[in-house]
Amino acid sequence: MLLFSRQGKLRLQKWYTATAERDKKKMVRELMQIVLARKPKMCSFLEWRDLKIVYKRYASLYFCCAIEEQDNELITLEVIHRFVELLDKYFGSVCELDIIFNFEKAYFILDEFLMGGEIQDTSKKSVLKAIEQADLLQEEDESPRSVLEEMGLA
Amino acid sequence: MSPSVPLQEMIRAIRSARTQCEERGVIQRECAAIRAQFRQADNGGRSHNLAKLLYVHMLGYPAHFGQMECVRMIASPRYSEKRVGYLGAMMLLDEKQDASLLITNSIKNDLSHSNQYVQSLALCTLACMGSAEMCRDLAPEIDRLLRASNSYIKKKAALCAVHIVRKVHELGELFAPAARTLLTEKNHGVLHGAVVLIIELCERNPETLERFRKTVPDLVQIMKGLVLSGYSPEHDVAGISDPFLQVRILRLLRILGHNNEGASDAMNDLLAQVATNTDSTKTVGNAVLYETVLTVLDIKSESGLRVLAVNILGRFLLNNDRNIRYIAMTSLQKIVGTDHNAVQRHRGTIVDCLKDQDASVKRRALELSLALVSATNVRSMMKELLIFLSSCPQELKSHAASGIFNAAERYAPSQRWHIDTILHVLTTAGGDVRDETVPNLIQLITNASELHCYTVHKLYRALLLDISTQSLVQVACWCIGEYGDLLLRGECQETEPVQVTEDDVLDALETVLQSHMSSPATRGFALTATMKLSTRITDNVDRIRSVVSIYGSCIDVELQQRAVEYNALFKKYDHMRAAVLERMPVIEKNSPGHTNGESMGEVKENQASKKPTEPKLLPQPANQVCDLLGLLGGSEETLQPSPSTALGLLTNTPSTAGGNLLDLLGDLEPEPLTPAPLVPVYDKDGVALTLSCEKQSDTAMTVTLIASNSTDSDISSFTLQAAVPKSVKLNMNAPSGDFLPARGAAKVTQMVVLNYQNKVNLKMKIRISYSSRGSTFQDTVQIDTFPGL
Repeated sequence: MLLFSRQGKLRLQKWYTATAERDKKKMVRELMQIVLARKPKMCSFLEWRDLKIVYKRYASLYFCCAIEEQDNELITLEVIHRFVELLDKYFGSVCELDIIFNFEKAYFILDEFLMGGEIQDTSKKSVLKAIEQADLLQEEDESPRSVLEEMGLA
Repeated sequence: MSPSVPLQEMIRAIRSARTQCEERGVIQRECAAIRAQFRQADNGGRSHNLAKLLYVHMLGYPAHFGQMECVRMIASPRYSEKRVGYLGAMMLLDEKQDASLLITNSIKNDLSHSNQYVQSLALCTLACMGSAEMCRDLAPEIDRLLRASNSYIKKKAALCAVHIVRKVHELGELFAPAARTLLTEKNHGVLHGAVVLIIELCERNPETLERFRKTVPDLVQIMKGLVLSGYSPEHDVAGISDPFLQVRILRLLRILGHNNEGASDAMNDLLAQVATNTDSTKTVGNAVLYETVLTVLDIKSESGLRVLAVNILGRFLLNNDRNIRYIAMTSLQKIVGTDHNAVQRHRGTIVDCLKDQDASVKRRALELSLALVSATNVRSMMKELLIFLSSCPQELKSHAASGIFNAAERYAPSQRWHIDTILHVLTTAGGDVRDETVPNLIQLITNASELHCYTVHKLYRALLLDISTQSLVQVACWCIGEYGDLLLRGECQETEPVQVTEDDVLDALETVLQSHMSSPATRGFALTATMKLSTRITDNVDRIRSVVSIYGSCIDVELQQRAVEYNALFKKYDHMRAAVLERMPVIEKNSPGHTNGESMGEVKENQASKKPTEPKLLPQPANQVCDLLGLLGGSEETLQPSPSTALGLLTNTPSTAGGNLLDLLGDLEPEPLTPAPLVPVYDKDGVALTLSCEKQSDTAMTVTLIASNSTDSDISSFTLQAAVPKSVKLNMNAPSGDFLPARGAAKVTQMVVLNYQNKVNLKMKIRISYSSRGSTFQDTVQIDTFPGL
């Protein structure tokens, strides 16, 4: 799964197969080139090497997934859409800047939604709830410290 | 959740850098700060630092010094640090790094952590970058978690198991029982994970597949529940109840029903239900329908259901959404072989898609259209395809051209149509056709003897219009050379005859010769055509003579050679000219890559083994040329080892000299290297001896003998002895060896120089002796004719 802007800046990348760093960079460059060259009304599916590429543009960001030969392209579009919905719910009307400045949270959401390239839970609600809980846990963890720091005792 | 301030400040700083250089500076400073902080023992901002490093990594800068920090943070008891640590592990570590092994223990501990979110972090990381080692170590843990009571963990464990099975296939056995029980869960997430796991297990192991076939009724139940149940707000997407789960189950059903009657029967009803009940106005519904169609087509479904599926695809084809049309065509492509008629019904729509703007859709439509061409619809399909060819994108052109050729070859209703089609393709996309097109077309033309007049007229007209397409020009030149008299006669039944004079025709050929757009091969064609016309026209022979002599000093070696030879043909062998330049006989159709003559096959095989002797062979055909034309004698200095087209002049039929001469001037193809003919002279008990000759002068010849061994045992002490009649002098050079390894792994070459006065008397007796498997063998063979002589 790749997220990149119209200017060719990578905003998020998640690899579900083991690939060497050099190959990753090369593939990202190639894919960005191919997808950015597509015109607006064109088909969302491409063939690239032996994979199928499914991409969709949301405002200024391209969401791009590479799937295998036997996978269903249309459902992949739905997966992408679901991810965008999750981001939207979480950040409240998400825009590219949100993802730039809070990239680690975008990753956390993605990791809660997909694992090994497959959907973990088909219910939006439960994914969001899980992320909320995890965030709370993180806050609990951090807040004692920051309180102490505020008081100048640490 | 409070944002990470230091991280955001850094991101802002990086983004405000105006140039690449500035950005690099900022990043270097930050990295240095991060490195320093990593070295410090313990501080509150560790997670922030790692997050900063990950951002830098995403921009493409090296971040490997963070790997150990990740390992440390994963081991930390604090959740926030664990979280970022695991994220870092997934981004920076992969199975090739050694550091990844260090986290195995941490993951193991975290898998048993009391907090489910920590467990989930560990599972996620393992599923993302777990190497085979790690997977083997932790598989039992995962299995335990699969049986846990927490559905949150169960669903994640299922997907983690999927990853493990992908990495280490044997572990599939371990998870099969647990997967089975998971199917009874109510939680959709767990169900989904279970189905994915079962799919993975069944794909890898046919035995597991057998076992899981029993679950088909359960799966059908679940699906029915999804499709028919009421509105479930949690899982609903645009009116479809949990489409993701539906698609997964359909896929599993597909795998289970493939090639199995019983299972397929059990699903028939369900599939019909899903196909008819699913709302297809939105993409989601179409996604489910698509999966259903794929399943129907892949299992042993009843014919009614298949028709239903193809109809759905037909409906997809008419959909406005390009994506839907694209996948419809992809699916139709899969079944065009088996359900050809069903797909034919939608031919009209498919052909319309050829005109779509989108390149992906065009490509699919092209593939499908080519597959749909049949004897009945070939004319109309070809018309559409030719229109497509003239406007198709560059990357599809050569594929389209070759597809059209294949289709034309298989279903051509008449020869004239076939020739027309090929000409049309050459005029529109001549630059993108493959090289065999030219000889194929020429062969086709010679076969259609009634159409020679028609063909040459059409080609002449095409030549006048445009000489940039090399393949077209080559064919045109060849035809004009062959059938120029028909052109000049000025009458034609099939098409409007063109009134030309000999000068016009020669002008056209000269334009090709002189144009900078013509490739060397094309100019060769043109020159030969000009030469051939010398016997077909009456008035302008002098003009031809002058053209030919001009090119006698051309820089291009190939043209120069030809010109000199033709010159010689004019001067010394004028009496032979008519015979030499006669009409070509009808060429027989051969498999691609071969010219006429059976010895070609052998030549090609031996080519690989003859690499060291290749340079020696190159001069030979040139010499053969002079031989065939009856000793051109002195002008040898131009007959250098010229590139491939020189050898293309010859075919290698060991036939009469006359036949060879005609082929010499046939210029059939500018073909790859064809060395001198190798004639097999002996073949017994797996030992084969081939012979090739090379004339050095009028009275000397070098014979090359190559021995090969195709038995299963090695041959040693392999020697050849030769005897010749008294009038011939024999000199045997040292052989390359006397050991022939088994199965033709290497060959032995020996050269023999013969000097003679009168070649009529030239015979040679060869005695072969060798030892194989402990016993000696001896045999003799007599050679009466030498190829090329």
